Amino acid sequence: MIKIITVYGGMLLAALGRTLLLALLGLFFACIIGMIFGIMGVIKNRACNIISQIFVDIIRGVPMIVLAFFVYFGVPYLFNTIIGGFSISLSALQAGTICLALNCGAYMAEIIRAGIQSVDIGQMEAARSLGLTYSMSMRKVVLPQAIRTMIPTFINQFIITLKDTSILSVIGFPELVNTAKNVQANTFMSFQTWAIVGIMYLIVITILSRSAKVVERRLNIGR
Amino acid sequence: MVDKSVVKVSVRNLKKSYGSLEVLKDISTDIYKGEVLCIIGPSGSGKSTFLRCLNRLETVTGGEVIVNGQNIVSKGTNINKVRENIGMVFQHFNLFNNLNILDNLTLAPIELKKCSRDEAVQRAKKMLAKVGLEDKAASYPSQLSGGQKQRVAIARALCMEPEIMLFDEPTSALDPEMVGEVLQVMKDLAADGMTMAIVTHEMGFAREVADRVIFMDAGYIVEEGTPQEVLVNPKEERTIDFLNKVL
Repeated sequence: MIKIITVYGGMLLAALGRTLLLALLGLFFACIIGMIFGIMGVIKNRACNIISQIFVDIIRGVPMIVLAFFVYFGVPYLFNTIIGGFSISLSALQAGTICLALNCGAYMAEIIRAGIQSVDIGQMEAARSLGLTYSMSMRKVVLPQAIRTMIPTFINQFIITLKDTSILSVIGFPELVNTAKNVQANTFMSFQTWAIVGIMYLIVITILSRSAKVVERRLNIGR
Repeated sequence: MVDKSVVKVSVRNLKKSYGSLEVLKDISTDIYKGEVLCIIGPSGSGKSTFLRCLNRLETVTGGEVIVNGQNIVSKGTNINKVRENIGMVFQHFNLFNNLNILDNLTLAPIELKKCSRDEAVQRAKKMLAKVGLEDKAASYPSQLSGGQKQRVAIARALCMEPEIMLFDEPTSALDPEMVGEVLQVMKDLAADGMTMAIVTHEMGFAREVADRVIFMDAGYIVEEGTPQEVLVNPKEERTIDFLNKVL
Protein backbone atom coordinates (compact mmCIF):
# COMPACT_ATOMS: atom_id res chain seq x y z
CA MET A 1 0.00 0.00 0.00
CA ILE A 2 2.76 2.40 1.00
CA LYS A 3 4.66 1.46 -2.12
CA ILE A 4 1.74 2.26 -4.34
CA ILE A 5 1.28 5.63 -2.71
CA THR A 6 4.95 6.57 -2.84
CA VAL A 7 5.64 5.25 -6.35
CA TYR A 8 2.31 5.78 -8.09
CA GLY A 9 0.69 8.44 -5.91
CA GLY A 10 1.62 11.31 -8.21
CA MET A 11 0.34 9.43 -11.22
CA LEU A 12 -2.96 8.66 -9.56
CA LEU A 13 -3.38 12.25 -8.42
CA ALA A 14 -2.74 13.48 -11.95
CA ALA A 15 -5.34 10.98 -13.17
CA LEU A 16 -7.79 12.28 -10.58
CA GLY A 17 -7.11 15.76 -11.94
CA ARG A 18 -8.02 14.57 -15.44
CA THR A 19 -11.13 12.90 -14.06
CA LEU A 20 -12.19 16.20 -12.50
CA LEU A 21 -11.35 18.11 -15.69
CA LEU A 22 -13.48 15.73 -17.74
CA ALA A 23 -16.33 15.91 -15.23
CA LEU A 24 -16.23 19.73 -15.13
CA LEU A 25 -16.15 20.07 -18.91
CA GLY A 26 -18.97 17.55 -19.21
CA LEU A 27 -21.05 19.28 -16.54
CA PHE A 28 -20.49 22.72 -18.03
CA PHE A 29 -21.89 21.70 -21.41
CA ALA A 30 -24.51 19.52 -19.74
CA CYS A 31 -25.84 22.60 -17.93
CA ILE A 32 -26.21 24.44 -21.23
CA ILE A 33 -27.85 21.46 -22.93
CA GLY A 34 -30.06 20.82 -19.91
CA MET A 35 -31.16 24.46 -19.74
CA ILE A 36 -32.04 24.57 -23.45
CA PHE A 37 -33.95 21.29 -23.53
CA GLY A 38 -35.47 21.80 -20.07
CA ILE A 39 -36.95 25.15 -21.07
CA MET A 40 -38.02 23.73 -24.41
CA GLY A 41 -39.92 21.16 -22.38
CA VAL A 42 -42.03 23.71 -20.49
CA ILE A 43 -42.76 26.53 -22.94
CA LYS A 44 -46.12 26.57 -24.66
CA ASN A 45 -44.96 25.19 -27.99
CA ARG A 46 -45.84 21.67 -29.08
CA ALA A 47 -42.86 21.31 -31.43
CA CYS A 48 -40.35 22.35 -28.75
CA ASN A 49 -41.96 20.02 -26.18
CA ILE A 50 -41.72 17.08 -28.58
CA ILE A 51 -38.09 17.78 -29.59
CA SER A 52 -37.12 18.03 -25.94
CA GLN A 53 -38.91 14.79 -25.08
CA ILE A 54 -37.35 12.89 -28.00
CA PHE A 55 -33.85 14.04 -27.02
CA VAL A 56 -34.36 12.98 -23.42
CA ASP A 57 -35.88 9.63 -24.41
CA ILE A 58 -33.05 8.75 -26.79
CA ILE A 59 -30.24 9.63 -24.41
CA ARG A 60 -31.92 7.99 -21.44
CA GLY A 61 -32.62 4.89 -23.48
CA VAL A 62 -28.99 4.29 -24.48
CA PRO A 63 -26.36 3.11 -21.97
CA MET A 64 -23.49 5.56 -21.66
CA ILE A 65 -20.90 2.98 -22.65
CA VAL A 66 -22.71 2.53 -25.98
CA LEU A 67 -22.92 6.30 -26.39
CA ALA A 68 -19.19 6.53 -25.71
CA PHE A 69 -18.30 3.93 -28.37
CA PHE A 70 -20.75 5.55 -30.76
CA VAL A 71 -19.29 9.05 -30.35
CA TYR A 72 -15.65 7.98 -30.28
CA PHE A 73 -15.64 5.28 -33.00
CA GLY A 74 -19.04 5.40 -34.70
CA VAL A 75 -19.34 9.06 -35.63
CA PRO A 76 -15.85 9.44 -37.18
CA TYR A 77 -16.42 6.17 -39.05
CA LEU A 78 -19.71 7.49 -40.39
CA PHE A 79 -18.08 10.63 -41.80
CA ASN A 80 -14.72 9.21 -42.84
CA THR A 81 -15.74 5.86 -44.28
CA ILE A 82 -19.49 5.58 -44.87
CA ILE A 83 -20.01 9.09 -46.23
CA GLY A 84 -16.36 9.50 -47.10
CA GLY A 85 -14.26 12.54 -47.83
CA PHE A 86 -13.82 13.61 -44.21
CA SER A 87 -10.98 12.94 -41.86
CA ILE A 88 -12.56 13.51 -38.51
CA SER A 89 -10.93 12.21 -35.41
CA LEU A 90 -11.96 13.01 -31.88
CA SER A 91 -9.57 12.91 -28.96
CA ALA A 92 -10.68 10.79 -26.04
CA LEU A 93 -11.20 13.98 -24.03
CA GLN A 94 -13.40 15.54 -26.72
CA ALA A 95 -15.45 12.39 -27.17
CA GLY A 96 -15.69 11.93 -23.41
CA THR A 97 -16.88 15.50 -22.91
CA ILE A 98 -19.52 15.15 -25.64
CA CYS A 99 -20.67 11.92 -24.10
CA LEU A 100 -20.97 13.26 -20.57
CA ALA A 101 -22.57 16.48 -21.79
CA LEU A 102 -25.25 14.62 -23.74
CA ASN A 103 -25.89 12.03 -21.06
CA CYS A 104 -25.93 14.39 -18.10
CA GLY A 105 -27.65 17.09 -20.18
CA ALA A 106 -30.65 14.85 -20.78
CA TYR A 107 -31.07 14.20 -17.08
CA MET A 108 -30.56 17.90 -16.30
CA ALA A 109 -33.25 18.77 -18.83
CA GLU A 110 -35.65 16.54 -16.94
CA ILE A 111 -34.62 18.03 -13.59
CA ILE A 112 -35.09 21.56 -14.91
CA ARG A 113 -38.43 20.76 -16.53
CA ALA A 114 -39.74 19.08 -13.40
CA GLY A 115 -38.35 21.88 -11.22
CA ILE A 116 -40.11 24.59 -13.21
CA GLN A 117 -43.34 22.63 -13.25
CA SER A 118 -43.16 22.10 -9.50
CA VAL A 119 -43.56 25.86 -8.92
CA ASP A 120 -47.21 26.65 -8.24
CA ILE A 121 -48.92 27.94 -11.39
CA GLY A 122 -50.31 30.79 -9.27
CA GLN A 123 -46.83 32.35 -9.13
CA MET A 124 -46.75 32.72 -12.89
CA GLU A 125 -50.36 33.92 -12.99
CA ALA A 126 -49.75 36.56 -10.35
CA ALA A 127 -46.69 37.84 -12.20
CA ARG A 128 -48.55 37.92 -15.51
CA SER A 129 -51.55 39.63 -13.90
CA LEU A 130 -49.27 42.55 -13.00
CA GLY A 131 -48.34 42.98 -16.66
CA LEU A 132 -44.96 41.21 -16.58
CA THR A 133 -44.12 39.27 -19.73
CA TYR A 134 -43.71 35.50 -19.77
CA SER A 135 -39.91 35.70 -19.82
CA MET A 136 -39.74 38.37 -17.07
CA SER A 137 -42.03 36.24 -14.89
CA MET A 138 -39.91 33.19 -15.61
CA ARG A 139 -36.63 34.97 -14.79
CA LYS A 140 -37.71 36.91 -11.74
CA VAL A 141 -40.29 34.68 -10.09
CA VAL A 142 -40.50 31.10 -11.35
CA LEU A 143 -36.86 30.17 -12.07
CA PRO A 144 -35.44 31.41 -8.74
CA GLN A 145 -37.95 29.21 -6.94
CA ALA A 146 -37.47 26.29 -9.32
CA ILE A 147 -33.70 26.37 -8.92
CA ARG A 148 -34.07 26.08 -5.16
CA THR A 149 -36.01 22.86 -5.48
CA MET A 150 -33.64 21.60 -8.17
CA ILE A 151 -30.44 21.96 -6.16
CA PRO A 152 -30.51 18.63 -4.27
CA THR A 153 -31.26 16.75 -7.49
CA PHE A 154 -28.60 18.75 -9.32
CA ILE A 155 -25.98 17.77 -6.76
CA ASN A 156 -27.04 14.17 -7.10
CA GLN A 157 -26.62 14.43 -10.85
CA PHE A 158 -23.18 16.07 -10.48
CA ILE A 159 -22.04 13.17 -8.34
CA ILE A 160 -23.41 10.60 -10.79
CA THR A 161 -21.63 12.39 -13.63
CA LEU A 162 -18.37 12.49 -11.73
CA LYS A 163 -18.62 8.75 -11.20
CA ASP A 164 -19.69 8.17 -14.80
CA THR A 165 -16.32 9.47 -15.99
CA SER A 166 -15.00 6.04 -15.03
CA ILE A 167 -17.04 4.54 -17.87
CA LEU A 168 -14.98 6.62 -20.28
CA SER A 169 -11.94 4.53 -19.47
CA VAL A 170 -13.27 2.28 -22.24
CA ILE A 171 -12.35 4.81 -24.92
CA GLY A 172 -8.87 5.14 -23.47
CA PHE A 173 -9.09 8.46 -21.67
CA PRO A 174 -6.45 8.28 -18.92
CA GLU A 175 -8.76 9.14 -16.06
CA LEU A 176 -8.55 7.56 -12.63
CA VAL A 177 -9.87 4.07 -13.37
CA ASN A 178 -7.86 3.70 -16.54
CA THR A 179 -4.68 4.77 -14.77
CA ALA A 180 -5.41 2.51 -11.83
CA LYS A 181 -5.67 -0.44 -14.22
CA ASN A 182 -2.09 0.25 -15.31
CA VAL A 183 -0.93 0.58 -11.72
CA GLN A 184 -2.54 -2.72 -10.87
CA ALA A 185 -1.02 -4.38 -13.94
CA ASN A 186 2.43 -3.19 -12.89
CA THR A 187 2.19 -4.05 -9.21
CA PHE A 188 -0.26 -6.98 -9.15
CA MET A 189 -1.64 -5.43 -5.94
CA SER A 190 -5.32 -5.44 -6.81
CA PHE A 191 -6.70 -4.96 -3.34
CA GLN A 192 -4.45 -2.03 -2.45
CA THR A 193 -4.82 -0.28 -5.81
CA TRP A 194 -8.60 -0.38 -5.95
CA ALA A 195 -8.91 0.48 -2.27
CA ILE A 196 -6.85 3.62 -2.85
CA VAL A 197 -8.85 4.55 -5.95
CA GLY A 198 -12.12 3.96 -4.09
CA ILE A 199 -10.97 6.20 -1.25
CA MET A 200 -9.90 8.92 -3.70
CA TYR A 201 -13.38 9.00 -5.28
CA LEU A 202 -14.98 8.87 -1.85
CA ILE A 203 -13.01 11.89 -0.59
CA VAL A 204 -13.76 14.05 -3.63
CA ILE A 205 -17.45 13.18 -3.66
CA THR A 206 -17.82 13.69 0.08
CA ILE A 207 -16.26 17.15 -0.18
CA LEU A 208 -18.56 17.93 -3.10
CA SER A 209 -21.74 16.85 -1.36
CA ARG A 210 -20.83 18.56 1.95
CA SER A 211 -20.10 21.89 0.29
CA ALA A 212 -23.27 21.52 -1.75
CA LYS A 213 -25.23 21.17 1.49
CA VAL A 214 -23.82 24.50 2.65
CA VAL A 215 -24.89 26.19 -0.59
CA GLU A 216 -28.33 24.63 -0.26
CA ARG A 217 -28.75 25.99 3.27
CA ARG A 218 -27.65 29.48 2.21
CA LEU A 219 -30.23 29.53 -0.56
CA ASN A 220 -33.02 28.53 1.74
CA ILE A 221 -33.60 31.96 3.25
CA GLY A 222 -37.18 33.12 2.99
CA ARG A 223 -38.63 29.66 2.78
CA MET B 1 -69.71 56.69 -6.53
CA VAL B 2 -70.76 54.87 -9.71
CA ASP B 3 -70.19 56.95 -12.80
CA LYS B 4 -72.67 55.51 -15.29
CA SER B 5 -71.25 57.63 -18.09
CA VAL B 6 -67.95 55.72 -18.19
CA VAL B 7 -67.91 52.01 -19.00
CA LYS B 8 -64.66 50.48 -17.74
CA VAL B 9 -65.26 46.91 -18.79
CA SER B 10 -67.78 45.78 -21.34
CA VAL B 11 -68.41 42.07 -21.77
CA ARG B 12 -70.30 40.98 -24.88
CA ASN B 13 -71.56 37.41 -25.43
CA LEU B 14 -68.54 35.96 -23.65
CA LYS B 15 -68.04 32.23 -24.11
CA LYS B 16 -65.40 29.96 -22.68
CA SER B 17 -64.98 26.21 -23.13
CA TYR B 18 -62.41 23.70 -22.02
CA GLY B 19 -62.63 21.12 -24.79
CA SER B 20 -66.25 20.02 -24.86
CA LEU B 21 -67.00 21.49 -21.44
CA GLU B 22 -68.67 24.86 -21.80
CA VAL B 23 -68.00 26.91 -18.67
CA LEU B 24 -69.28 30.31 -19.77
CA LYS B 25 -72.23 30.17 -22.13
CA ASP B 26 -73.25 33.68 -22.96
CA ILE B 27 -72.22 36.44 -20.59
CA SER B 28 -72.90 40.10 -21.26
CA THR B 29 -72.54 42.90 -18.75
CA ASP B 30 -70.92 46.28 -18.24
CA ILE B 31 -68.83 47.46 -15.33
CA TYR B 32 -68.93 51.21 -14.77
CA LYS B 33 -66.28 53.49 -13.37
CA GLY B 34 -66.23 53.35 -9.57
CA GLU B 35 -68.63 50.45 -9.46
CA VAL B 36 -68.25 47.59 -7.00
CA LEU B 37 -69.56 44.44 -8.63
CA CYS B 38 -69.92 41.26 -6.60
CA ILE B 39 -70.27 37.95 -8.39
CA ILE B 40 -71.85 35.14 -6.41
CA GLY B 41 -72.96 31.63 -7.25
CA PRO B 42 -72.36 27.96 -6.53
CA SER B 43 -68.94 26.43 -7.21
CA GLY B 44 -68.49 25.39 -10.81
CA SER B 45 -70.88 28.12 -11.98
CA GLY B 46 -68.07 29.85 -13.89
CA LYS B 47 -67.65 32.95 -11.73
CA SER B 48 -63.86 32.61 -11.33
CA THR B 49 -63.46 31.80 -15.01
CA PHE B 50 -65.50 34.88 -15.84
CA LEU B 51 -63.25 37.06 -13.70
CA ARG B 52 -60.11 35.54 -15.22
CA CYS B 53 -61.41 36.31 -18.70
CA LEU B 54 -61.42 40.02 -17.83
CA ASN B 55 -57.60 40.15 -17.89
CA ARG B 56 -57.22 37.22 -20.27
CA LEU B 57 -55.66 34.86 -17.76
CA GLU B 58 -58.10 32.52 -19.50
CA THR B 59 -58.15 32.43 -23.28
CA VAL B 60 -61.62 33.45 -24.36
CA THR B 61 -63.42 31.12 -26.78
CA GLY B 62 -66.01 33.57 -28.07
CA GLY B 63 -67.41 37.07 -27.63
CA GLU B 64 -65.69 40.27 -26.64
CA VAL B 65 -64.15 41.78 -23.53
CA ILE B 66 -63.60 45.50 -23.93
CA VAL B 67 -61.46 47.23 -21.30
CA ASN B 68 -61.24 51.03 -21.54
CA GLY B 69 -62.50 50.83 -25.10
CA GLN B 70 -59.93 48.21 -26.16
CA ASN B 71 -61.02 44.72 -27.17
CA ILE B 72 -58.58 42.56 -25.23
CA VAL B 73 -59.72 39.35 -26.93
CA SER B 74 -58.30 40.30 -30.32
CA LYS B 75 -54.85 38.95 -31.08
CA GLY B 76 -53.26 42.32 -31.83
CA THR B 77 -53.81 43.62 -28.29
CA ASN B 78 -50.71 43.92 -26.12
CA ILE B 79 -52.24 42.11 -23.16
CA ASN B 80 -49.34 43.00 -20.87
CA LYS B 81 -50.08 46.70 -21.26
CA VAL B 82 -53.76 46.06 -20.51
CA ARG B 83 -52.90 44.03 -17.42
CA GLU B 84 -50.80 46.87 -16.00
CA ASN B 85 -54.11 48.64 -15.59
CA ILE B 86 -56.01 45.73 -14.02
CA GLY B 87 -54.95 44.55 -10.58
CA MET B 88 -55.80 41.02 -9.53
CA VAL B 89 -56.02 39.39 -6.12
CA PHE B 90 -56.11 35.60 -5.90
CA GLN B 91 -57.67 33.15 -3.50
CA HIS B 92 -54.29 31.72 -2.59
CA PHE B 93 -52.51 35.11 -2.42
CA ASN B 94 -49.73 34.03 -4.81
CA LEU B 95 -47.14 36.28 -3.25
CA PHE B 96 -43.72 35.69 -4.82
CA ASN B 97 -42.14 33.33 -2.30
CA ASN B 98 -38.59 34.10 -3.39
CA LEU B 99 -38.90 37.83 -2.71
CA ASN B 100 -39.44 39.80 0.47
CA ILE B 101 -42.56 41.91 0.85
CA LEU B 102 -41.00 45.13 -0.43
CA ASP B 103 -39.61 43.37 -3.50
CA ASN B 104 -42.98 41.73 -4.08
CA LEU B 105 -44.46 45.21 -4.32
CA THR B 106 -41.72 46.86 -6.37
CA LEU B 107 -40.91 44.06 -8.83
CA ALA B 108 -43.50 44.90 -11.46
CA PRO B 109 -43.26 48.73 -11.29
CA ILE B 110 -39.46 48.55 -11.63
CA GLU B 111 -39.33 45.80 -14.27
CA LEU B 112 -41.97 47.53 -16.37
CA LYS B 113 -40.20 50.86 -15.90
CA LYS B 114 -43.28 52.56 -14.59
CA CYS B 115 -41.07 54.57 -12.27
CA SER B 116 -37.62 54.76 -10.74
CA ARG B 117 -36.53 52.41 -8.01
CA ASP B 118 -36.84 55.13 -5.35
CA GLU B 119 -40.33 56.07 -6.43
CA ALA B 120 -41.36 52.41 -6.49
CA VAL B 121 -40.06 51.92 -2.95
CA GLN B 122 -41.81 55.10 -1.77
CA ARG B 123 -45.09 54.00 -3.26
CA ALA B 124 -44.71 50.46 -1.94
CA LYS B 125 -44.22 51.80 1.58
CA LYS B 126 -47.26 54.01 1.20
CA MET B 127 -49.35 51.05 0.04
CA LEU B 128 -48.08 48.87 2.87
CA ALA B 129 -49.08 51.60 5.31
CA LYS B 130 -52.48 51.71 3.68
CA VAL B 131 -53.04 48.02 4.41
CA GLY B 132 -51.48 48.38 7.88
CA LEU B 133 -48.32 46.38 7.25
CA GLU B 134 -45.56 48.98 6.98
CA ASP B 135 -43.46 47.03 9.49
CA LYS B 136 -43.40 43.91 7.28
CA ALA B 137 -41.42 45.30 4.34
CA ALA B 138 -38.38 43.12 5.03
CA SER B 139 -40.33 39.95 5.87
CA TYR B 140 -40.81 37.03 3.52
CA PRO B 141 -44.29 35.75 2.57
CA SER B 142 -43.77 32.55 4.58
CA GLN B 143 -43.49 34.67 7.74
CA LEU B 144 -46.93 36.25 7.37
CA SER B 145 -50.39 35.06 8.33
CA GLY B 146 -52.99 34.44 5.65
CA GLY B 147 -54.73 37.72 6.27
CA GLN B 148 -51.46 39.62 6.13
CA LYS B 149 -50.50 37.87 2.90
CA GLN B 150 -53.76 38.84 1.28
CA ARG B 151 -53.38 42.47 2.36
CA VAL B 152 -49.87 42.45 0.86
CA ALA B 153 -51.32 40.95 -2.33
CA ILE B 154 -53.79 43.85 -2.52
CA ALA B 155 -50.99 46.36 -1.90
CA ARG B 156 -48.89 44.69 -4.61
CA ALA B 157 -51.68 45.09 -7.13
CA LEU B 158 -52.22 48.73 -6.08
CA CYS B 159 -48.55 49.56 -6.65
CA MET B 160 -49.22 49.37 -10.39
CA GLU B 161 -51.87 52.07 -9.86
CA PRO B 162 -54.57 50.11 -11.67
CA GLU B 163 -57.95 51.56 -12.60
CA ILE B 164 -59.71 48.24 -12.10
CA MET B 165 -59.25 45.59 -9.41
CA LEU B 166 -60.32 41.96 -9.73
CA PHE B 167 -60.73 39.81 -6.62
CA ASP B 168 -61.02 36.05 -6.99
CA GLU B 169 -62.49 34.73 -3.71
CA PRO B 170 -60.00 36.80 -1.69
CA THR B 171 -61.17 35.52 1.70
CA SER B 172 -61.97 31.88 0.91
CA ALA B 173 -58.58 30.54 1.99
CA LEU B 174 -58.46 32.55 5.22
CA ASP B 175 -59.11 31.57 8.81
CA PRO B 176 -62.41 33.13 9.91
CA GLU B 177 -60.81 35.66 12.26
CA MET B 178 -58.68 37.03 9.41
CA VAL B 179 -61.51 37.61 6.97
CA GLY B 180 -62.45 40.93 8.57
CA GLU B 181 -59.08 42.64 8.11
CA VAL B 182 -59.03 41.82 4.38
CA LEU B 183 -62.62 42.91 3.84
CA GLN B 184 -61.85 46.17 5.63
CA VAL B 185 -59.03 46.92 3.17
CA MET B 186 -61.43 46.19 0.32
CA LYS B 187 -64.08 48.46 1.83
CA ASP B 188 -61.54 51.28 2.07
CA LEU B 189 -60.64 50.71 -1.54
CA ALA B 190 -64.30 50.84 -2.57
CA ALA B 191 -64.73 54.05 -0.60
CA ASP B 192 -61.80 55.53 -2.55
CA GLY B 193 -63.79 54.99 -5.73
CA MET B 194 -61.92 51.99 -7.18
CA THR B 195 -63.70 50.00 -9.87
CA MET B 196 -63.87 46.48 -8.48
CA ALA B 197 -65.13 43.07 -9.57
CA ILE B 198 -65.24 40.61 -6.70
CA VAL B 199 -66.03 36.91 -6.76
CA THR B 200 -67.06 36.17 -3.21
CA HIS B 201 -68.98 33.99 -0.81
CA GLU B 202 -69.21 36.80 1.76
CA MET B 203 -72.88 37.69 1.41
CA GLY B 204 -72.72 40.22 4.23
CA PHE B 205 -69.88 42.04 2.50
CA ALA B 206 -71.68 41.93 -0.84
CA ARG B 207 -74.82 43.40 0.70
CA GLU B 208 -72.91 46.16 2.43
CA VAL B 209 -70.38 47.19 -0.21
CA ALA B 210 -71.61 46.11 -3.64
CA ASP B 211 -73.32 48.51 -6.02
CA ARG B 212 -74.47 45.55 -8.06
CA VAL B 213 -74.61 41.81 -7.53
CA ILE B 214 -74.51 39.16 -10.24
CA PHE B 215 -75.73 35.65 -9.48
CA MET B 216 -74.22 33.09 -11.83
CA ASP B 217 -75.16 29.46 -12.34
CA ALA B 218 -74.05 26.90 -14.94
CA GLY B 219 -72.27 29.46 -17.10
CA TYR B 220 -75.07 32.02 -17.27
CA ILE B 221 -75.90 35.22 -15.42
CA VAL B 222 -79.15 34.15 -13.79
CA GLU B 223 -79.95 37.37 -11.99
CA GLU B 224 -78.37 40.76 -11.52
CA GLY B 225 -79.27 43.93 -9.70
CA THR B 226 -78.67 45.87 -6.51
CA PRO B 227 -77.79 43.86 -3.40
CA GLN B 228 -81.33 44.57 -2.22
CA GLU B 229 -82.83 43.08 -5.39
CA VAL B 230 -80.62 40.01 -5.68
CA LEU B 231 -79.77 39.14 -2.08
CA VAL B 232 -82.88 40.27 -0.22
CA ASN B 233 -85.68 39.90 -2.74
CA PRO B 234 -84.43 37.47 -5.37
CA LYS B 235 -86.88 36.63 -8.13
CA GLU B 236 -85.29 33.59 -9.74
CA GLU B 237 -85.84 30.21 -8.14
CA ARG B 238 -82.18 29.20 -8.50
CA THR B 239 -81.06 32.36 -6.72
CA ILE B 240 -83.52 31.76 -3.87
CA ASP B 241 -82.39 28.15 -3.63
CA PHE B 242 -78.70 29.13 -3.51
CA LEU B 243 -79.21 31.87 -0.95
CA ASN B 244 -81.19 29.53 1.28
CA LYS B 245 -78.24 27.16 1.31
CA VAL B 246 -75.53 29.73 2.08
CA LEU B 247 -77.27 32.13 4.43
